[in-house]
Amino acid sequence: MHPAQATNPIIRWEYLVDEWDQISEALVQHLRLTVVSVALGVVLATGLSAVALRFRWAATPITTTTAVIYTIPSVALFGILVPYTGLSMWTAVIPLVGYTLLVLVTNFVAGFRAVPAAVRDAADGMGMSRVRRTLGVDLPIAAPYLIAGLRIATVSTVGLVTVAAVVGQGGLGRLVLDGLRRSFWTPMVVGSSLSILLALGLDLVIHLVGRWLTPWARRRAT
Amino acid sequence: MASAIRLVGVTKRYDDRSPPAVRSLDLEVEDGELVALIGPSGCGKTTTLRMINRLVEPTDGRIEVAGVDVRSVDATQLRRGIGYVIQQAGLFPHRTVAQNIAVVPRALRWDRARIAARVEELADLVGLERSLLARYPDELSGGQQQRVGVARALAADPPVLLMDEPFGAVDPIVRARLQGELSDLQRRLHKTIVLVTHDLDEAVRLADRVAVMSLGGVVEQYASPDEVLRAPANEFVEEFVGADRGMKRLRLHTVGELPFLQGPVVDEATTPAEALATLDRLGSDWLGVTRDGTFAGWVHRTSIGEAPLSRLQLHIPAAQVTPDSTLHSAVELIMSSDTSVAVIDDGGRFGGVVTLEHVRGALARGRGR
Repeated sequence: MHPAQATNPIIRWEYLVDEWDQISEALVQHLRLTVVSVALGVVLATGLSAVALRFRWAATPITTTTAVIYTIPSVALFGILVPYTGLSMWTAVIPLVGYTLLVLVTNFVAGFRAVPAAVRDAADGMGMSRVRRTLGVDLPIAAPYLIAGLRIATVSTVGLVTVAAVVGQGGLGRLVLDGLRRSFWTPMVVGSSLSILLALGLDLVIHLVGRWLTPWARRRAT
Repeated sequence: MASAIRLVGVTKRYDDRSPPAVRSLDLEVEDGELVALIGPSGCGKTTTLRMINRLVEPTDGRIEVAGVDVRSVDATQLRRGIGYVIQQAGLFPHRTVAQNIAVVPRALRWDRARIAARVEELADLVGLERSLLARYPDELSGGQQQRVGVARALAADPPVLLMDEPFGAVDPIVRARLQGELSDLQRRLHKTIVLVTHDLDEAVRLADRVAVMSLGGVVEQYASPDEVLRAPANEFVEEFVGADRGMKRLRLHTVGELPFLQGPVVDEATTPAEALATLDRLGSDWLGVTRDGTFAGWVHRTSIGEAPLSRLQLHIPAAQVTPDSTLHSAVELIMSSDTSVAVIDDGGRFGGVVTLEHVRGALARGRGR
């Protein structure tokens, strides 16, 4: 066994106390990057899904493009942007938004396509305007799909944010990177654990809000 | 009577390459009338229906509802005044039953109390337990969902109802019950109803008039169900209504419509000799006996001797019908009993008899409803 590791336990609890300011700052930044990226992703995905649903021919190019973006290695994508956006938040946010699109657009489109034709027909036949139908009928029925997409996008974004540490952002990823550089386990463990907890926490919150928003879906399950 | 719905030269062409779905169609539906559009699939009956509330815009022609050109009215306004019922019910899964029924009243901005009262009234009207009002549609059976669909269509009390295969998605037993309920409802409400169906029995059972359509939205015959069955206008209609159209007509007529027929039935005071003479005259082996105007039973001619008829052991009648029975059930009874006649029980009194020859003769005379 390497002698250094003997004096290098998995976690040094005093680190949590000494570096608490740094840890909490990293956590807040992580959360902020996640929320901003997913929120922008939702806005963009909503527009793209609307186009994909409105124009059938547009659906395939849109999903293909978002899939291609998804396949680009994240480290490379963060790196590519540095010359343009420097080490600002946008260098992290732009790729993170890009990665949410595939999941969000796929789920949004599936959600709206899942609205039964008979329901749409009945809504139209009762004299609902297009806007009323979209917001009052299509949207709630698609909601479980939208929420499912949002959960996946959020969890995967929390994970990806750590990678953005390579461009000086990355929230909890900075702790991990720091630990890696110094062969110091504690920050790596703390950064990773908090990242996992953040992902699970956000997932749970969205799940609960979703349940609260769609009481009918719950009743059906029982 | 005034025409509630009038289609004049209506054509619908979905694209330029294929022939029109509906070509130059003329159709009038009178106020309070239930008209069934029937025909093979693809004959344009649903397209025709959907043009009335502008879910499909006609390529050419004119459609009037209550004398107003539907194209002169905003489509959403028009639709709120026309009830619409479809095959899968199309209930909103995210709304409770009560909220589903209240869709149009809410769009019309009724106040809460009025909507709540109307929803309960409709639940009673369509035979839906009030306890179901707080449920979601997915918790209801198919038949219950269809009742909600009808209640929803009736919510704002529209004078016109469009129904597209309303009972097509429920099992035959529930369908028969729902048809009966619609029939009762219509007797009370007198809506103008256009009903699309591919089920001839449904059309015959419910409609005042039937429009038999062939491919391209051509109306081959537009007449009462009885006339369509009795005298198909052409080969297409004859083939469509099928070989058993005579049997189908039996359901359209009741025993009460038949002319009175005494049959081999006498009062118990009649002498045995006169009774035997009656049997000889009618060529019958069985004699019916009435007591105080009520049918008492049958006796075979071999049992008739010297004793008065009132002393004889009578067979309790098996085949008994009422004036409200359909000829179909009368024939059914005759076929499955051992006498060749059915006795009409008119509120406890002997109301004559029904024989197969009697039924055939009445239908051949073409008595309408």
